[in-house]
Amino acid sequence: MDFTLTDDQVALQEGVRKLCEGRFPMERVRALADPGGVDRDLWRELADAGVFSLRLAEADGGAGLGTAEGALVFEELGRALVPGPLVWTHLAAGLVPGAAEGERVVGGLQRQEEPFLVEYPDAIDVLLAVDDDGLWEVDRSRLSARPVSWPLDPLTPAHVAGGLLRGERRGVPGDAARWRLEGAVLTGAYLLGMAAALTDMSVTYAKERQQFDKPIGSFQAIKHILADMFVRTEVARAAVYAAAVNLDEPALGPPGRAVAGAKLLAGEAATLNGKAATQVHGGMGFTWEVDVHLYLKRAWVLDTTFGTADDHADAVAGLLGS
Amino acid sequence: MDLLWTEDDERFRTELRAWIDQALPKLPPATKREDWDARRARDTTWQRMLYDAGYAGINWPADFGGRGAALSEQLVFYEEITKAGAPDVGVNFVGLLHAGPTIIAEATDEQRARHLPAILKGEEVWCQGFSEPSAGSDLASLRCRAVRDGDDYVISGQKIWTSFAQVSDYCELLVRTDPDAPKHKGITWLILPMDAPGVDVRPLRTVIGSSEFSELYLDDVRVPVANRVGAENDGWRVAMVTFSFERGTSLVSEMVEARRQLDELVKVAKVVTRGSATAWDDVGLRREIGHAAAELDALWNMVKRTVSEAARTGVPGVGASVVKLYYTELIQRIGDLALRVLDRASLSLDDVFEHSGHFVEERLRVLALTIAAGSSQIQRNIIGERILGLPR
Repeated sequence: MDFTLTDDQVALQEGVRKLCEGRFPMERVRALADPGGVDRDLWRELADAGVFSLRLAEADGGAGLGTAEGALVFEELGRALVPGPLVWTHLAAGLVPGAAEGERVVGGLQRQEEPFLVEYPDAIDVLLAVDDDGLWEVDRSRLSARPVSWPLDPLTPAHVAGGLLRGERRGVPGDAARWRLEGAVLTGAYLLGMAAALTDMSVTYAKERQQFDKPIGSFQAIKHILADMFVRTEVARAAVYAAAVNLDEPALGPPGRAVAGAKLLAGEAATLNGKAATQVHGGMGFTWEVDVHLYLKRAWVLDTTFGTADDHADAVAGLLGS
Repeated sequence: MDLLWTEDDERFRTELRAWIDQALPKLPPATKREDWDARRARDTTWQRMLYDAGYAGINWPADFGGRGAALSEQLVFYEEITKAGAPDVGVNFVGLLHAGPTIIAEATDEQRARHLPAILKGEEVWCQGFSEPSAGSDLASLRCRAVRDGDDYVISGQKIWTSFAQVSDYCELLVRTDPDAPKHKGITWLILPMDAPGVDVRPLRTVIGSSEFSELYLDDVRVPVANRVGAENDGWRVAMVTFSFERGTSLVSEMVEARRQLDELVKVAKVVTRGSATAWDDVGLRREIGHAAAELDALWNMVKRTVSEAARTGVPGVGASVVKLYYTELIQRIGDLALRVLDRASLSLDDVFEHSGHFVEERLRVLALTIAAGSSQIQRNIIGERILGLPR
């Protein structure tokens, strides 16, 4: 047992962080609202860096890495708030031609998630639906859809689909089950990165912002909020990394409980930190200009995908009871 | 990142389990809570058994008679001891986890030879004389006075929260030796023999009605200067060595036990009826239990991460404060869930049905955890200032 990152994992993490800092500074992320959340050139850069093909076998053009490495990459994408259907396209690599290479953008949803809000409708080339019977490619030309003029998260544009046709089979029930687990962990990792970014932003602000002639971070009322942000992020980190390792290592037993806990705690860390960050930033936290709201809104969006917090708490309880 | 135990760890686990299986039946059964002589006898007998089997001082370096186990083996040790229902450190707590490690780090060879083997064999029981009625979170403001008189210190003052004082042989005592120096610079760490004249132990009654803590009244107690550990007025630094141990592994057994308790609670929830349904049929309650279980799982992994980091870097990382803060608040929420499951059965510390009284007693006991060893508020200050770098 050694639950620390290997040197290769640290190098991967640093590489992706550098890529995100260079290619996805916040002003560019904000500007991605206009092209519907995805810029094709930047998307291909993510593909070139291995974001989508990471876990494909080397023979299939991938890096042959595991979910643990996937989680580290998605944590960095979340820290930078990189928009787009990253998890879906990553999952679709190797299944949908062009996904791994960044040539085709793949979106998706769970079939039981009524009403059907299709994310990134103008950016995606392929729409997948997951249900208990398997994976399905839905023909979007036959989909009646109404655009959302004012999405909760400006970086997650959406259409409301009138109904969801069955589509063409792309995977069996076992594939769907695996996607749900992997999707939950990778989304959890992304949320973890967001939670950490929110802590960093708030700590920086609390050291700079002066009131009563002192930095507000010197007041225990603020300091304790920040300590709690840090603590819940670190606990979520332990959960997410452990779930990812559990998916890679069958000898650790069935991964269901660890995965549910990871998505649950990472989602909570991001949403609670988003609210706490708003509070720490005071009036500025309620402005469009400060980035906090973009994180909070994304956290709320992602809390609805690959299982809500309640779904996962119920799942853990169900496994306790068995 | 690797969460599989190594072959060495698994071999250690198998051997330990086999030993516990044959050793535990030889131990006399648990005694009444307030029968302190019997509790000392049982805990020290177990300690002697551990010593003879080579498991005593699992976290102590081999040079000082300990097992010198790798950190992962220590986790396995606490896991197996707790799972088997074997005694935890009990009255040996301060000796094994506080005083002993401090003596290893700071004492003279003579002091080490005098005390360390005795602690390991269960021949010496220690207590802690740190807190005072007016020095709690602000421990460094302690006032218990020690005045040098020839080869002795003459000590007068009062201590509080001294666990197992009534059955202790020695006390790790913090005293004020320089009242004029800044508060952190005038403190000295002494070994106080509990049978010295002028030591008066008065048990305190806790909210559970138990008396594991005492007040200690010291009236012109003479302690030889030879009993000082570290330099005069350097006791604060010496004491901080102890704290890093306290915040390291002392919650591991607690956490293993908490996981077992939560499983037990689920079983209880499935049989407690409310009208035509069971408590487990209550979706809201069940969801909260699932949530708490996920948090406990995550904390256990956090412990593994902290231990792995410490093994790699040689210093305990940020994990210890995080685990202490989160776990102690979580276990209180789990206690609340237990009371909700028990409903009216929670009115009784006697068992209304199987083990129900234990859950109620636990709910009371864990009230102390967010206060002892650095309150939650102090932990948040530590995290804010030492980890996040926020101004004081």
